[in-house]
Amino acid sequence: MTLLQVVVGGLLLGAVYALFASGLTLIWGMMNFINFAHGEFVMLGMYAALLVVTWLGGGPALFALAAALVLFALGAAIYFGLIRHVLRGPMLAQILSTFGLALVLRYTAFWIFSANFVSLPQTALSGTLSIGGLLLPVPQLAAGVAALALTAGLHLLLTRTAVGSQLLAVAEDREAAMLVGIRPDRMQALAWGLAAGSAGLAGALMATAYPWSPSVGATFGLTAFITVTLGGFGSVPGALYAGLMVGAIQALSAYWLGPIYKDVVVYALFVALLWLRPQGLMGRA
Amino acid sequence: MYDKSRGMSGPSPEGRETMNELLRPVALLFACLAVIQPARAADDVKIGAIYPLTGNSAGAGQSAKDAVELGAEIVNSPHPGLEKLPLGAGAGLPGLGGGKIVLDNADHQGNPQVGQQQTLRLITEDHVVAMLGCYHSSVALVATAAAERQGIPFVIADSVALNITGRGFKWVFRTGPIAPDFAKAYAEFLTDLRKGGKKIDSIAVVNENTDYGTSVAASILAAAKTAGIAVAAQIPYDANGADVSAQVLQLKGLKPDAVIFVSYTADTILYFKTMKNLDYLPPLIIGDDAGFSDPSFIPNAGPLAQGAVNRSAFDIGAPGSNSYAINQLFNAKHHRDLDDTSARWMQGFFVLADAINRAGSTAPDKIQAALRATDLGPDRLMIGYRGVKFDETGQNTLSATYLIQLQGDHYVSVWPEDRATAKLQWPMTGWRQ
Repeated sequence: MTLLQVVVGGLLLGAVYALFASGLTLIWGMMNFINFAHGEFVMLGMYAALLVVTWLGGGPALFALAAALVLFALGAAIYFGLIRHVLRGPMLAQILSTFGLALVLRYTAFWIFSANFVSLPQTALSGTLSIGGLLLPVPQLAAGVAALALTAGLHLLLTRTAVGSQLLAVAEDREAAMLVGIRPDRMQALAWGLAAGSAGLAGALMATAYPWSPSVGATFGLTAFITVTLGGFGSVPGALYAGLMVGAIQALSAYWLGPIYKDVVVYALFVALLWLRPQGLMGRA
Repeated sequence: MYDKSRGMSGPSPEGRETMNELLRPVALLFACLAVIQPARAADDVKIGAIYPLTGNSAGAGQSAKDAVELGAEIVNSPHPGLEKLPLGAGAGLPGLGGGKIVLDNADHQGNPQVGQQQTLRLITEDHVVAMLGCYHSSVALVATAAAERQGIPFVIADSVALNITGRGFKWVFRTGPIAPDFAKAYAEFLTDLRKGGKKIDSIAVVNENTDYGTSVAASILAAAKTAGIAVAAQIPYDANGADVSAQVLQLKGLKPDAVIFVSYTADTILYFKTMKNLDYLPPLIIGDDAGFSDPSFIPNAGPLAQGAVNRSAFDIGAPGSNSYAINQLFNAKHHRDLDDTSARWMQGFFVLADAINRAGSTAPDKIQAALRATDLGPDRLMIGYRGVKFDETGQNTLSATYLIQLQGDHYVSVWPEDRATAKLQWPMTGWRQ
């Protein structure tokens, strides 16, 4: 029973990782642009949720939606204000621009919100479901379900709609896409908006389960990069499988070997898998 | 900013706070300019201080900085009513012709490498005459080594790892208690409980795995062995991890009678949330300061952690005491009480200021000699040590710690009996009201 609890807990955490990584896979995997500020988007989503809950008294649906919308707007604004310009520069400038953006967002949050840890009030979305002795914390459960829904939604958007095809076309070849009448700026801004919006949603849902401070982005950031790489660049379902896998492996190795060994196990398996399959679990070679 | 004491409800005070927060960088810039300005009174004394102002322990670091800054204000300007404290009532350092103390603050981010660089920068570029630090033991270990090579006195206010002193360093002085002191306090407390008929057959120690947690855990294991208390498990973990359920499930399986957490802030809050989610509560939880004393702890985990025991050398005390008067000044400014960590920082600062005053000079060797000669009685402190007197390793031999318990939204003193202001709540109720 305890083992089952460990695995379920790991999978629920894995779903959170997947949720966290979903926006990253959109930008990094498809636009070929490394966004180091992704963790900060999630952090801003958490604070957006907190403000909605404490100021407006919003319930889970409202605060998650509000965080997603606020971050969508921010993502699009960042594309037009910063990314569009650095895209013309060398690769290094592109990488460092989002690194700088991450620091600006993080330290602005330090000034505005202070360094103290905060968490959502217990009333927001809390409690534990007990199913035959198996304990399922409601916040993590909600994050897990949302991760599945979001992943499915993004996947369908990219593979089944005209907008998705246009997004992929721009990612594939910007010039060629322009020749067939697609406006790349609009599509790229949409991609940044979607990525930031899903990060905001992830942040709002994670805020129900975790205490955070402005530096939370760094804690989850590395795991998100690992998840995207492991899942395969550009594969939204891949990020979900990878997230679940990382969560379950971490939980099992923490339980069997001790918490300090869990990252050793995960990263060792990560390196081994990339050695065997450099394109990741679901990526194309 | 969203802690209870500052209010979470209306937008208007919030807005004002935000303005203040936004003005902070501007103020900081002016402070920096003031520090590098060459034209200043010749007898001002610059002290370097390194705290974790960003990173996972930033809350505690900011709180420590608030306390040290208030300490400097108390030394620099007249505070009638604080006559018992050295330098409390008058203005400036009389030993240096009324010179004022200027703080040169830096952020070590909880990172030993950064701590070492900042220490070197403060000493070689800013020419501070003494250093104060560090919160993280891992940072203190390397920062003191840097100061030792430069021949600058370093007062450790709160870092507890045993080997910070006792490495043969000549320039390191530690005012606060060390790991064996409170490991012994925990063992005595558990033995007292046992004598009182409570079942304490086994304990578990859960520690974060840097110098702080490792060193305190080792001391606790040694003290438990001496006291004849069985240790069911020692579980080291990484405080920056995002999940602690493996540790909680392991504890749930072992069922120890008491669990001692040596943990920082985010992980401590996460432990209580996870314990509630997984429905596990031992009869007794002892927190080793750090995360349990962070200003974020009670607002975030207070309703889940009723009855948690913590160590502290600071107690607000009765009106008329130094601690009470200083806490009032602190509360008026920051809208919260001093906690153990911030109080130990302030006491460390006062000891350093007193030594510089007695040295009558800013020469490092004079300050070092004055620190060695320090002999303060308990009534001249703002914290519950039995005094301040350093041994040859630089450790304060009169340091002490007491145990406090979270009851409602604040800690009350519960052990030892002669200092207790409330009865121990047993077993702890956690979130089960």
